[in-house]
Amino acid sequence: MSIQGTASSTSLSPTGRAGGRFGDRLLTVLTSGAALATIAVLVLLVEQVVNGSSLSISAFGLGFLWHSTWNPTLSAGAVNANVYGAAVLIYGTVVTSVIALVIAVPLGVAIAVYLAVLAHGRVGAVIGPLVELLAAVPSVILGLWGIIVLAPFLRTTIEPALHAALGWIPIFGAPNPTGLGVFTAGVVLAIMVLPIIAAVCRDLFLTVPQDLKDGALALGMTRWEMIRGVVLDSSRAGIGAATILGLSRALGEAIAVTQVIGTGSTITASLFQNGDTLASRIAEQFIGTVSRLQTASLFYCALVLLVMELIANLAAQLITRRFQKRRGLAL
Amino acid sequence: MSLSPPEKTAEQERSLLNVEVAGESAVATGSTEVVYELRGVDVHYGQALAVGGINMRIHKNVITAIIGPSGCGKSTMLRTLNRMNDAIPGFRLSGEVLYHDRSIYERNIDPVEVRRRIGMVFQRPNPFPKSIYENIAWAPRILGLRADLEERVENALRGAALWDEVKDRLKQSALGLSGGQQQRLCIARALAIEPDVLLLDEPCSALDPIATASVEELMHELRRDYTQVIVTHNMQQAARVADRTAFFSLNVENGSRSGVLVEYDTTKTIFTSPGDQRTADYIAGRFG
Repeated sequence: MSIQGTASSTSLSPTGRAGGRFGDRLLTVLTSGAALATIAVLVLLVEQVVNGSSLSISAFGLGFLWHSTWNPTLSAGAVNANVYGAAVLIYGTVVTSVIALVIAVPLGVAIAVYLAVLAHGRVGAVIGPLVELLAAVPSVILGLWGIIVLAPFLRTTIEPALHAALGWIPIFGAPNPTGLGVFTAGVVLAIMVLPIIAAVCRDLFLTVPQDLKDGALALGMTRWEMIRGVVLDSSRAGIGAATILGLSRALGEAIAVTQVIGTGSTITASLFQNGDTLASRIAEQFIGTVSRLQTASLFYCALVLLVMELIANLAAQLITRRFQKRRGLAL
Repeated sequence: MSLSPPEKTAEQERSLLNVEVAGESAVATGSTEVVYELRGVDVHYGQALAVGGINMRIHKNVITAIIGPSGCGKSTMLRTLNRMNDAIPGFRLSGEVLYHDRSIYERNIDPVEVRRRIGMVFQRPNPFPKSIYENIAWAPRILGLRADLEERVENALRGAALWDEVKDRLKQSALGLSGGQQQRLCIARALAIEPDVLLLDEPCSALDPIATASVEELMHELRRDYTQVIVTHNMQQAARVADRTAFFSLNVENGSRSGVLVEYDTTKTIFTSPGDQRTADYIAGRFG
């Protein structure tokens, strides 16, 4: 010790700053309490969903997943009265989400490449926040826009064109006169997940060291060759994680989908026909249920959705972890 | 590197001797073919003059060192030689940079084509996060040099004195190599596309002495086939490797600082009988 401490500064007095130890303890209690509350909410939520669906689970079992009848009618003579199955909804959920990703991933990656690598100063500074602003548009407004603008546009231009060019593939059938349907819902979802994918990928591409980009350019590579070989190549896992993040958003969206999907009750090959998704069906029917079994079946839908989201989330975490491991080696 | 200490000392002595011999022979043979000719080159970033009034010639198969204090524009100068400054906002060049008598800043010259012929090695080793093989094979494959790609990779690695160390693990990640190996891999990567000139921007600043010795030794070997320009903050390194040395310094005028070329001569002259007092002061360690 080169500093001559006085007795008071070197002795370990139990009373430091007034209330210091108490404050630290309180901090720990409050923050850990907040963390535990999250877990408690999640557990209670799952419990509620499982409890709520128990009636439907005991009535239909796993068959719920592959039966397509959804009939809330209570009149005694009707066929399949009060029988529920989620096949149409699961199919619609998967197909709309896939359409959303097929459109949004290439577009989002392209936007991110532009913002992170190509845009200079001011242009990027304007477009970047605008893309993120797109994520702030409430889904109900996007749904309205979908009904008024997007559906007529798709019905008169894109859908006929796809039908004419690729009509021999069953999924591109004749356009629906309303313009509503699975395809329209997928496009609306694409607009919703686009800013998420673009923002995540942009941040990802910004972490690619300038050294590597310079290294590629110094080898006589064009900018595109540099982007493909260095930026995209070293971000593959991250793009995968961003895609799944977008997927989980698309799977769970209810309102906008309800507005534009046309509430169909059968699985049709053509993407241009009406359909429905798990989340959308819950939003449509929960308020006006006519039987306890119908309510329980809606809870069952919620349970299926929860499991799908959980799987997507776990997959994203798995990919990110692998990605970070590789990053760790790179640094 | 697997050099044991005694060998290293011998190695260094030998390379020091080589410098003397190489320096003398370069002067004697007077390698006269000019690769680069800079005429009145000024580089501005925005309004600020970074380097001004540069006139110099760089000769074929000669190692030219650029030395000088921090901020004197050494790296800027080097990066004008393969148009790596192009992407920097506000970069502006006036004067002429002639490469084999062709101005590389003319409007119809594609910078990609320029960089294709003029390889560059950076301060920090920057191997791609790919396998050792892919690091070398990537650029040739894209540039259409697909014939005998494996042989090309082997030759590049041999050229960079790395083959024996990595031949059994070509499929492994390049990031697992040591710093010195990574830097030699980056040199191999540049060699694989058969450049004419190799620019080295403080290639050893992130390396330990042993790795530095390996890179310097490699530079001597590459001298036969390539024209090399090295920027270094390390005067001893310039003395060890370079045939000719350019000393850059800072010119302070009206409060603004810009780089100038003070003196450019054979390394021997610069280090033993410099013509300018500023060079002498710098070499003697009186500033910078």
